Amino acid sequence: MALDDQKPSGFKFVGTSPDRPDGLDKVTGRARFGADAYAPGMLHGAVVRSPHAHARIVRIDTSKAEALEGVKAVVTRADFVDGLQGEFGFVLENVMAGEKALYDGHAVAAVAASSQLIARDAVKLVEVEYEVLPHVTDVDAAMAENAPVLNDSYADASVPAGHHPNVVRYHDSGHGDVDAGFAEADLVIEDSFKTEATHQGYIEPHACLASLGGDGKGELWCTTQGHWIAQKTCAALVGIDTSQLRVTASEIGGGFGGKTTVFIEPVALALSRKANRPVKIVMTRSEVFRATGPTSSTSMDIKIGMKKDGTITAAQGIFRLQGGAFPGAPMEFSAMCAFAPYSLTNVHQVGYDVISNRPKQAAYRAPGAPMASFAVESVIDELCSQLDLDPIDVRLKNASREGTKASYGPKFERIGLVETLEAAKAHPHYSAPLEPGQGRGISCGFWFNHGGETSVSLALSEDGTCQISVGTPDIGGSRASMALMAAEELGIPYENIRVTIADTATLGYNDVSHGSRVTYASGLATIKAAKDAVGKLCKRAAAKWGIPEDAVYWEDGCAKPSGANAGNFDPMPLAKITKSMGRSGGPISGHFEATPEGAGVSFGTHIVDAEVDPETGKTAVVRYTVIQDAGKAIHPSYVEGQFQGGAAQGIGWALNEEYIYGEDGRLQNSIFLDYRVPVASDLPMIDTVIVEVPNPGHPYGVRGVGETGIVPPLAAIANAVSAAAGVRLRHLPMSPPRILRALKDKG
Amino acid sequence: MKKIHVTTTVNNDNVEFLCDPRETLLDVLRDRLNLTGAKEGCGTGDCGACSVTVDGRLVCSCLVLGAEAEGKKIATVEGIAKGEELHPLQHKFIEYAALQCGICTPGILVAAKSLLEKNPDPTETEVRYWLAGNLCRCTGYDKIIRAVMDTAADMREAS
Repeated sequence: MALDDQKPSGFKFVGTSPDRPDGLDKVTGRARFGADAYAPGMLHGAVVRSPHAHARIVRIDTSKAEALEGVKAVVTRADFVDGLQGEFGFVLENVMAGEKALYDGHAVAAVAASSQLIARDAVKLVEVEYEVLPHVTDVDAAMAENAPVLNDSYADASVPAGHHPNVVRYHDSGHGDVDAGFAEADLVIEDSFKTEATHQGYIEPHACLASLGGDGKGELWCTTQGHWIAQKTCAALVGIDTSQLRVTASEIGGGFGGKTTVFIEPVALALSRKANRPVKIVMTRSEVFRATGPTSSTSMDIKIGMKKDGTITAAQGIFRLQGGAFPGAPMEFSAMCAFAPYSLTNVHQVGYDVISNRPKQAAYRAPGAPMASFAVESVIDELCSQLDLDPIDVRLKNASREGTKASYGPKFERIGLVETLEAAKAHPHYSAPLEPGQGRGISCGFWFNHGGETSVSLALSEDGTCQISVGTPDIGGSRASMALMAAEELGIPYENIRVTIADTATLGYNDVSHGSRVTYASGLATIKAAKDAVGKLCKRAAAKWGIPEDAVYWEDGCAKPSGANAGNFDPMPLAKITKSMGRSGGPISGHFEATPEGAGVSFGTHIVDAEVDPETGKTAVVRYTVIQDAGKAIHPSYVEGQFQGGAAQGIGWALNEEYIYGEDGRLQNSIFLDYRVPVASDLPMIDTVIVEVPNPGHPYGVRGVGETGIVPPLAAIANAVSAAAGVRLRHLPMSPPRILRALKDKG
Repeated sequence: MKKIHVTTTVNNDNVEFLCDPRETLLDVLRDRLNLTGAKEGCGTGDCGACSVTVDGRLVCSCLVLGAEAEGKKIATVEGIAKGEELHPLQHKFIEYAALQCGICTPGILVAAKSLLEKNPDPTETEVRYWLAGNLCRCTGYDKIIRAVMDTAADMREAS
C-alpha cells in the first residue's frame, strides 16, 4: 500500500480513548471467562499427570477409577486419533502421552465424573506403571554427547551431521565477513549468557466446556487466543471434520502467547464423547505451570567488535534454545531479532532448537527476542562503558533506518527506531540525577509483528447502528479499537457500534490473536469492511437521487453528491439509508478477508533506574520509561497499557521469574508463591512515550504494539544493575542469590 | 462424603446451600450460588482473584471453606454496584483503562473498596502494598494504582 493511500490526519475518533465496550461486564463480575460456563448434565474432568521427567509407560489400569461412584468416563491415548504427523502429532503427544511420559506433569490419562471432587479422587485411582528413564532439563546438558535421548526421529534436515539427536532444528544466517569485521575493531567483547525459562503467567488458568456426540458434531467453549486453531487442532486429534466442531472463545483472562494452542480441550472432547455428556475441565495453577507452555531457557554466546568512535564492525551470536520435549523453540526468532536494531556490514547468527524433559514451550510475547536482546544489548553496553561512549549515541550511530539491510535479510521500510532513541535522549528521565547506589540502563528492542489470516464482517441495522463480527479474541481492549476504526470510516458515533468476537461458525478462518496482529490485521479488515458497506450506502443514495454511483461520495456519516454537476441534493445520513434498506435492495453489510502482509516492524527504547541492596541482593526498579513506535495509536490508553504490561513482564523475567527443576527433573516452584511474578509493591509507575512513525502497510499507519515492549527490559535492567553495583549479570533472572554471589566474587 | 447445610448472607441476600466439607467458599460461590465474579487464579491464596469479604474482612475465598460461611456476611464483586449505579471505583477503572483482560479486576475492586473503607486517603505506597496480594499480569499496575488513588480523592471530595 502506498503512503498516499493512507488517511494522513484529521481523525475524528481514532486517537481518542473512550470507555471500552466490555468495561461494565468486566467491573461487575458479569463477563464470562473460560471457567464461567456451565451446561445441563455437565461432568467435571481431571487429568492424570506423570510425576516423572522421563519414563516409559508400561501399563495403565483404569479399572479402580472407573469403579468409583460418579465416574462416567476415563480416557487414555487410545481414545485419540492414531498416526498423526507433524505439528498435530506433536500436539497430541503433548496433550496425552503415548509410549513415554516426557516431562513432570505430562498428561497420561483423564477422567470425567459428576463432581470435581470425585474426578480428583478418581485421578488418584488410575494406576500407572512407569519405567523411569534418565532425564535432562538443561539446554547445554541436553546437547552434550552422553545426554539421554528423548526421541531420535525429531531432528529435521536442517541439523548438520555430528549433533546429538536432541538438537532438532538448526538456523544459520547473516551477511558480510565477520572475521574481517572483528579485525577492524578497536575493541572486541565476547561473552556467554544464560536465561531461565519463564511462564506467561496469565491469571486465568486454561478452562473449557466441551460437548461431542457419537455423530461427530461438537461444541467447544474455551479460553483461547484463537478459536479457529483450536477448532482445527481438536478436530484432528479426536477425528472429526473441522466444520462439525463449533468453537466459541470465552472472554480471555490473559494469554501472552500461551493460549495459542490446545491442552485440555481435546481431552474434554474425548471424555464428552465417551460419556455422552458435556465435560468441563479447569486446570489448577500447578497444572498450568507444569504442563503448559513456558518459554525456552537459553544459552548464548555473543561477540561484537566496535571502533573507538562507536561504529560496530561485526557481530556474531549463537543462540541455543531448549523448548521442552518437542521441536519448536523459537531460536530463529532469537537469531533474527538479536541484531535487528543495528545496521551491520558483517553479521552472523546461528540457532539451535534443543529438546529436553520439560513441557512443550509456547509463544510468550515476542517469542525468542527478549533473551537474545538481553545478551546482545548487554555486550553493547559493556563496549560503550569500556570505550567511554554514551549508549544512546552509539545506538543512534549504528541504528537501522529506512533502507538498511536488516541483520535477518530484507531491507527495512519506514521504521521508527531513530525516533525512539531521539525521544529517549530528550526525555527528562535520561538526564535526571541519580541517587547514590542507583544506576541507569538503556536498551533497544525489535519485533517483526505479523499479519495472518483475517476475516471481518459488518452489518448495519435499520436504526443506523452497526454490528461488527471479528475473529480475534480481545486480549487487551481491541473491541474498542475496532469500533473506533469503524466509526472513523462510517462517520457514526463510537457508541453506535458493537463489536463481537464471533464463533467459528460465523466467519472464515482467523489466525490467532498473536504477533501483535489484532489492531493491525483485524483493524485493516474492519476498515475495509466498513469501506465495503460505505460503497453500498453510496449506491443506495445514488439510486434514490437517480444519479450515477460514482457521482456520490461519503463524508461525516452522509452520502453526498460529488459536486454541482451531480445534482443539488441534501446529504443523506446513514440512518436514513438504512431505515429503508429493506425496500431499497435489502440488508447492507460489509465484508473483508485477506492475509495482509504489511504488518510493519516495531522498535522500542527503554530507560530504567535500578538500585541494588548490597546486603540482600534485592534489586529495586525505581524509575522506568518505555518509548516505542506504535505507527498510529488507535486507542492511546490501551497502547500505553501494552507498553506498561510488556515492561512489567520483562522486569519479572529480569529479576525474579524462573522455572526451577530439582535433580529429579521435577518442577519445584509450581505455584505463584514460589514462582513470583511482579506485584504492585515491586514496581514504580511506568512512564510511556508513544512515537508515531506510520506503517506504510496499514490505512491509518498502525503497527502492532503488543510484543516489542517485553524485549528491551531484560538488558535495560541488567545494564542498570551493572551501573549501580558494578557487577555484570550474565545469567537471568538476577535474583538476590545471583546478585549476592556476583557481589561476593567482585570482592 | 456427607454434605453440610449452611445458612449465610451473600451480598445482603439470605442463602442456604449444601456443600461437601472439602469445598471452598470460592467453589460454593461459583458452582452452587452462580456467582462467578470471583475467579480462581491459583487456589493457594497467592493471586487474589477470588477476593471477597467475610464480615467485612478481606479474604481469599479459595482459602475459606464453604462450611465456614455459616452465619457470616459475605460480600462479592457482584454486590459492589447498587442496581444500575456503579461504585466510583468501577467507574474509574473503566475510565482509566485500568484493566486489559479483566480477570483480576473483580478481586482488585473488592480489595480496593476494602482499602478505601479503612483508609480514605492512602498514599501510593499504601495502595501498592494493600494490593500486593492481587496479581495483575497485563497492566503493570500503573493505571490500577492511579484509578484507586483518584477514586479516593473523588470520594474524599464528595464526602
